[in-house]
Amino acid sequence: MHKSVFLGMHKSIDQINERIRDGTARVVTAEEMPAIVAELGEEGALKEVDVVTTGTFGAMCSSGAFLNFGHAEPPIRMERIWLNNVEAYGGLAAVDTYIGATQQSDTREEQYGGAHVIEDLVAGKSVELRASSRGTDCYPRRTITTDLLLENLNQAIMCNPRNAYQRYNAATNSTEHVLHTYMGVLLPNCGNVSYSGAGVLNPLSNDPKLRLIGGGVPIFLCGAQGMVVGEGTQHSPAGGFGTLMVTGNLKEMSQDYLRAATMTGYGVTLYVGLGIPLPVLDIDVVRATAVRDQDIFVDLLDYGVPSRNRPALRKVSYAELRSGTIEMNGEEIHTSSLSSFRKAREVAVELKHRVESGAMQLALPTRPIDSKKPVKPMYESTKGPRVLDIMDRQVVSIGEDEEIRTAAKKLLKGETNHLPVINSDNILVGIVTTFDISKAVANPGKAHLVKDIMKKKVITTTPDEAVDIAVQKLEKNNISALPVVDGGHHVIAILTAMDLGKLFGGRWLK
Amino acid sequence: MKLLVTFSRKKGSKPIIAQVVRDTGVLINVERAIIDSSEGEALIDVPDDQCQLVRNTMISLGANVQTLEHGISVNESECVDCGACISICPREVFSLDSHWKLQLAEEKCVICGKCIEACPQQALTLPI
Repeated sequence: MHKSVFLGMHKSIDQINERIRDGTARVVTAEEMPAIVAELGEEGALKEVDVVTTGTFGAMCSSGAFLNFGHAEPPIRMERIWLNNVEAYGGLAAVDTYIGATQQSDTREEQYGGAHVIEDLVAGKSVELRASSRGTDCYPRRTITTDLLLENLNQAIMCNPRNAYQRYNAATNSTEHVLHTYMGVLLPNCGNVSYSGAGVLNPLSNDPKLRLIGGGVPIFLCGAQGMVVGEGTQHSPAGGFGTLMVTGNLKEMSQDYLRAATMTGYGVTLYVGLGIPLPVLDIDVVRATAVRDQDIFVDLLDYGVPSRNRPALRKVSYAELRSGTIEMNGEEIHTSSLSSFRKAREVAVELKHRVESGAMQLALPTRPIDSKKPVKPMYESTKGPRVLDIMDRQVVSIGEDEEIRTAAKKLLKGETNHLPVINSDNILVGIVTTFDISKAVANPGKAHLVKDIMKKKVITTTPDEAVDIAVQKLEKNNISALPVVDGGHHVIAILTAMDLGKLFGGRWLK
Repeated sequence: MKLLVTFSRKKGSKPIIAQVVRDTGVLINVERAIIDSSEGEALIDVPDDQCQLVRNTMISLGANVQTLEHGISVNESECVDCGACISICPREVFSLDSHWKLQLAEEKCVICGKCIEACPQQALTLPI
């Protein structure tokens, strides 16, 4: 046949489903597709392949489940609800609740949370329900405690507001401290890089224009046949960060594709296995599903900067991230994935078998998802407290060439424990504390001048910095004061632990 | 063979490791050591055939010696093969094979425990 015949070729979803029912559909995973397209060409691949299956398995914090317990006798309208000591949402009807994956146990904190409750239910373990109520005429009961199995519930419907991120920025840490983040443990001085995402196998990366993925589309969700509800929260396809809201029956799920996890020092999350079968309708689908790891780029962000706008250090592809090391500033840095590529592949292969065997047919979206929308930052009608709101402008500083005695007198007179040290140009060069001076007096040696005993490495803040960031600096460095400097590194004020008291009872806590 | 040597430094600070090297002639590889004013702990690696000799000499000098048959171990039913541990390990103990399954080079492990808190699935445990 001539090439031109194929160019106009189009397969309908009905034709594809008919082949699935006949058991003649050719189903491949998104990992296999690039090689097939390279071998057969786009037209050849379109003729050959009917369905491409995708898969991903990673931490998806925005997950949870709606549960219905049925009515007790006498009945209760549950207002506060705990499952294995993890609080669940009580703002629904009498015996409905939503258990969120990241909610932590009142007793075990980050060692156990909503994700663990969900995994325990799926594993067939008994979970303790405890609830309280003020009692009403129609629901007189005040408290209830009962052990439940998943099979005892009327409904257990997983409904995840944001899953299946199209890609996710990689993380590193330029500070001198270890950071515990939702991107895992980040070693100091850019000692490692962590990343997440299935790259070549990711559902949305294989349908970036959202032609095939939308509301009503059947999916694989943690072993169950689930469905795309619509766009996920924080959906941002304009920047390549599309997300999906998905749902599925918890009772059909398997622990093989659903795991509770704890990011130490950050909190609880749920690892979700999710895959979407994509019908190969036309050349555009072939092109989209031919995407490879080396075609998908993300920013490598510095999580050492505690801001919404973390600086991007470089662009990096999933191929590089997955190779085990990436290069930065001439150095090789080891990478770690937080999501499991082996499990993502398991999802895509299992989905392939289900479609091949006729157990799952495909559908096109009944409600399309916007493929161009960007995400907005939070609108803040009032700004939180900044350093300038509470800093002490009556700062006493000392010259580096002054005698230690003079520093001691200044500390006494200024009723302070910290003296910023400045040079002849009034620029901050160090800091001395009552501790440094006591030490110098107790062990008289060669040191006479402030510059002999001062700490040269000074942690500082600026007037417009958020108080929360300054507090984190105090905590992380185990110190109790920060000199406040202007752009020229001149000391204009000081922020001490005492100034933080101004936050209480002031306008910030209203 | 790896040995975990612990010793008290209360009665002065005898250079135990140096003395064992001198007395036995065995070249000891110190993989990790934490020594403060009152006690010390060192993880050492010695050739298998000289392990008993080093062990006995250490004990005769007042040290406590524990033979470590294993390094870090992974609970296969918890591990999901993500690889979060890989970049945390200072000795490249962990890697993913061609099927993206986690592999351990246990002999490289210096039992520092850094990987334990990095594992989202709490699948890693120390032998001691």
